[in-house]
Amino acid sequence: MSNELLNEITFFVLSIFVGIEVISKVPTILHTPLMSGTNAIHGIILVGAIVIAAGASSPVTIVLGLVAVTLATTNVVGGFVVTDRMLEMFKGRQQKKQTTPPK
Amino acid sequence: MRTAISLAYLVAAVLFIVGLKQLSSPKGARNGNFIAAAGMAIALVATLPLLNFTRAGLVIIAIGIVIGTAVGAVGARMVKMTAIPQMVALFNGVGGGAAALVAVAELLRLGQHPGFTEAFPSVFSIVIGSISFAGSMIAFAKLQELMTGTPITYPGQQVVNGILAAAILGFVIAILAVASVPFSFIGLMVLALVLGVAFVLPIGGADMPVVISLLNAFTGLAVAASGFTLNNFALIVAGTLVGASGSLLTKLMSDAMGRSLANVLFGAFGKSHAGAAAVAGKEGRSVRSGSAEDIGTLLAYSQRVIIVPGYGLAVAQAQHAARELADLLERRGVEVSYAIHPVAGRMPGHMNVLLAEANVPYEQLKEMDEINDEFKNADVALIVGANDVVNPSARNAPGSPIYGMPILNADQAKNIVFMKRSMRPGFAGIDNDLMYDPKTVMFFGDAKDSLTKLVSAVKAAA
Repeated sequence: MSNELLNEITFFVLSIFVGIEVISKVPTILHTPLMSGTNAIHGIILVGAIVIAAGASSPVTIVLGLVAVTLATTNVVGGFVVTDRMLEMFKGRQQKKQTTPPK
Repeated sequence: MRTAISLAYLVAAVLFIVGLKQLSSPKGARNGNFIAAAGMAIALVATLPLLNFTRAGLVIIAIGIVIGTAVGAVGARMVKMTAIPQMVALFNGVGGGAAALVAVAELLRLGQHPGFTEAFPSVFSIVIGSISFAGSMIAFAKLQELMTGTPITYPGQQVVNGILAAAILGFVIAILAVASVPFSFIGLMVLALVLGVAFVLPIGGADMPVVISLLNAFTGLAVAASGFTLNNFALIVAGTLVGASGSLLTKLMSDAMGRSLANVLFGAFGKSHAGAAAVAGKEGRSVRSGSAEDIGTLLAYSQRVIIVPGYGLAVAQAQHAARELADLLERRGVEVSYAIHPVAGRMPGHMNVLLAEANVPYEQLKEMDEINDEFKNADVALIVGANDVVNPSARNAPGSPIYGMPILNADQAKNIVFMKRSMRPGFAGIDNDLMYDPKTVMFFGDAKDSLTKLVSAVKAAA
């Protein structure tokens, strides 16, 4: 097994534990925004799409690259924007809560 | 240069982790989203310096980014709050599709006999990415009501799905062991797309959030696999983070509905006969419906009113009307609170978002555990467009598809006002006994119109 593959497997395994640990205490009301946020993060496939599109020369690779970049960009941009729209609402409520004068 | 890129990827990975952490706490959630987006920007920019762009490559990347940004930004901005769940499904699906296409391009580049360590993750990414794409599209169609939200089942469905899975496995082995030719991985992709459709068809519309969350985790894993093929650290870490956190989130979401994930995914099989028995005997029972004046008076002279909002409130955009009614009642000295079921609406948190938009005071929103004991002291439970979350058959009808789901104890209130568009069963497609309860008054109509009528009626009730 090459060193590079070994490193990759290490990152993979450690990331599994981090991924589980980091969201384990999420309250129910944030389930949907969190799902939407992770959805935006897997838009990182745009990096992969750009890598394959960069060297495109034949018609097949051009079409594949174009479609992959378009889909991945939609994932990234749409994902972050829609998550922000959901969380906008929560932010308003938080502020309101803080400005309530203590009695 | 390589070192700089690796360091940039490391920064991006840290930002993703911090972003996720913030996203799971109410205070920092919005910042968390920005932090993750910053990580994404860093990872993208860091990727560019090492690439050798062909002219065609530059052009298609530019076009793709422009189109994708336009579609994503406009789609996400324009969509109504009620339609956000299906937008999430859509954005998840395109990510899965992109992962599958990246893997196809890599297999093409690697030639007929790729090494196992590259071919295996590519094949994995094609299968999982395609399932996620097709499954998400069906979830979108179900939530958008382009197709029926009720489970679609037919005899031998499991056998068909089993054959599909076996055929996919056959193609995988052929690609890895014999030769990787376009015919084989296009066939693989088509079969995986069909399996994605077949997998989601038998799942009811009300369970779509859990399915979308699962497919979201799938896409994460497909992305991670593409990272192994391309030897790209950023893809591996970010994809795996999503795969792992998405899997846990899927479990948490099905737990919130009081069901196991297996029950959500495969519950439709073998349910048909029990469902039929549950429906029988409902004929000929009568419901009581009331006028706005009657109900307005009832509300005006109550001491405690609990509003139970549901998807009907979201569809009718009735959150402002609900707040107007609540304010009016409060001014008369009626104690008003909102009972929020964890899965009211089409997604967890849906109602909190809508009511927050109408500036409903945070203190009035009560979670299920907090309010369930208070129903028996309430004079009126005002159900606005909710249905399955107050259906007593979740408690007492073992044959019911929602049996075991925790519900709001609206049936314990002294009076129940059930606002609904029609007698049509809820999203889960099951009848609700609560409508036939002698304590229940039905008030038919669009939630917003009905609430407005009640506001006038309460004002009139001196």
